[in-house]
Amino acid sequence: MSDNYTALYEQHKKAGASFTDFGGWQMPLKYESELAEHHAVRNAAGLFDLSHMGEVWVTGPQAAAFLDYALVGKLSAVAEGKAKYSLICDADGGIIDDLITYRRPSSEEGVDKFLVVPNAGNAAVVAAALLERAAGFDVVVEDASAETSLVAVQGPNAEAILLKLVPAEQHLLVTELKYYAAVEVSIAGDELLLARTGYTGEDGFEIYVPNQDAAELWEALLEAGEGQGLIPAGLAARDSLRLEAGMPLYGNELSRHVNAYAAGLGPVVALSKESDFVGKEALAAIKAAGVGSTIGQKLVGLKGTGRRAARAHYSVLKDGTLIGEVTSGQPSPTLGYPVALAYVDVEHSAPGTTVEVDLRGKAEPFEVVALPFYKRSK
Amino acid sequence: MSKVVAGLKYSAEHEWVAADGGGPVGIGISAVAADALGDIVYVDLPEVGSTVTAGETCGEVESTKSVSDLYSPVTGEVTEINDAVVDDHALINNDPYGAGWLFKVAATDEGPLMTGEEYAAANGGEL
Repeated sequence: MSDNYTALYEQHKKAGASFTDFGGWQMPLKYESELAEHHAVRNAAGLFDLSHMGEVWVTGPQAAAFLDYALVGKLSAVAEGKAKYSLICDADGGIIDDLITYRRPSSEEGVDKFLVVPNAGNAAVVAAALLERAAGFDVVVEDASAETSLVAVQGPNAEAILLKLVPAEQHLLVTELKYYAAVEVSIAGDELLLARTGYTGEDGFEIYVPNQDAAELWEALLEAGEGQGLIPAGLAARDSLRLEAGMPLYGNELSRHVNAYAAGLGPVVALSKESDFVGKEALAAIKAAGVGSTIGQKLVGLKGTGRRAARAHYSVLKDGTLIGEVTSGQPSPTLGYPVALAYVDVEHSAPGTTVEVDLRGKAEPFEVVALPFYKRSK
Repeated sequence: MSKVVAGLKYSAEHEWVAADGGGPVGIGISAVAADALGDIVYVDLPEVGSTVTAGETCGEVESTKSVSDLYSPVTGEVTEINDAVVDDHALINNDPYGAGWLFKVAATDEGPLMTGEEYAAANGGEL
C-alpha cells in the first residue's frame, strides 16, 4: 500500500507526532500523550487532521434523485445547508461505507449540489461506486479528495476558538450553526466550508480547506486556541473518543459482511423512499426477517466490571458458550472503566445482561449497557 | 528518539534488567516499549514470592491501544513489586528506568540479554 501524506505532514512532524498507517495514509497517531489529547477534547479542545477522508462532489439537475438511488437514505429530503449521515450499500445490503452528505446551495437554477464525505480507505471505492451508479442520471460526480484537506476542532471550547478567526459580522453564522449543518464563512482570510459535525461526542467543527491553505489554517487555529486549552490530537484519541460516544468505525463495526439492522443503523435506511435504491430489496428482506431484533446478532455496548479491557476480535461468552465477538474495546479514559462494542446474539443483547469476555484465556465479567457510553452534558 | 540506558541489560521483549550487584535485580520495560505502547492504563505484575522463568510471561501491560505480555528476562523468586506503578501507571511512561521500575527478582539464571548498545542498534533507541 502506498503512503499518502497530508498537506499537514510538516506540521505534525514539528509537533512531535508519531505516525501510523491508516487507510493508506501516514497519519498522526498521537503527539505526546493520547490520554492528554483525549481529555483535552472532553474538557477544552483538540485539533485533528482528517485530510485522509474523501470529498466527492455530486452536482446536477438530478443530483438529489441520484443520491436517493445510490445511498440508503432520503437525501432529497435534506434541506440546503444541512447534512445527513447515511450508508452506501451493496445490492446484497452489505455496507460499502458510512458517510456524511452535505447539501450545499447551488448558484445555478435547477441544479443541486451535494458534498459526500466517505472514510479514508473507502474514498476511491465510494467515488467509483457513485460514478458507476450515476449512469442514466443527469449528474456530475467529481472526486476532490486529492485536493481537499479537512481539519476538525472538537471540544467545548471549539466555538470560542472559531470566533477568534471569523470576522465579527459572521459570528452569528457560527453561533447559530446547528449540529449537522454547514455554512461558508471567512476563516483566517479564506472562504471555507465550516460544518458543525464530528466524531468525538463533543461540540465541534469540521473545516474543508484546499490543500494549499491547510497549513495556514492549522497554524491559525493553534494560535487562536492558545489560552483555550487547544492541542493537536491524533488518531489514538479520535478512536477512544468515538468509542466512548458509541460511534461505529468502518472496518471494526461496519463492513460488507454486516448489515444496517444488525449494526443498529436501521433508522438510516429509508425503505419508505418511493424510488428504488441499491440494496433496497435485500435490506427490506433482512428487516422483515427480524435481523438484529429477533434473530441474528446485534451491536451492543459492553461495560467491563473488572479493570482489564476487551479488545477487537475477543470472544464474548454467556455461561461459557460463545455468543459473539468484540469489534472495538479500550479502557475509557473519561469513565474510568473498560468499554467495548460487540456483536452478540440478540437474545443476550438487552441492557443489564451479564456476559463474559475471553481476555486471553480468562473470562472476565462485562455487562451489556445502552449506547452511548458517554454523553456530554449540555 | 526513545532513550536507552547504557548500563542496563535488555531482553528481546523490551524488558531491562538492572546490572547485577549480588542482590535482587530490578526489572522494567524500556522507553522504546513504553513509547510504542502509548499511555499505560493497567499493569499486572507477578506476586511477591512467586517464581518467574526467563523468557516466559509473568504479567501484562495494557495501554489505551493495546495489551502486551510482560516477559521475565531472568529466572528466580520475585522479592518485591513496585506498588507505585500499580497506582500510577504514568510512572512507566514518564520514567521507565527510574520510578517506573516493575519488580525485583533474586535471579538464579538469566535469558539471552543484550547490552544497551546492542539493544539500541536493534530497536532504534538513543543511548
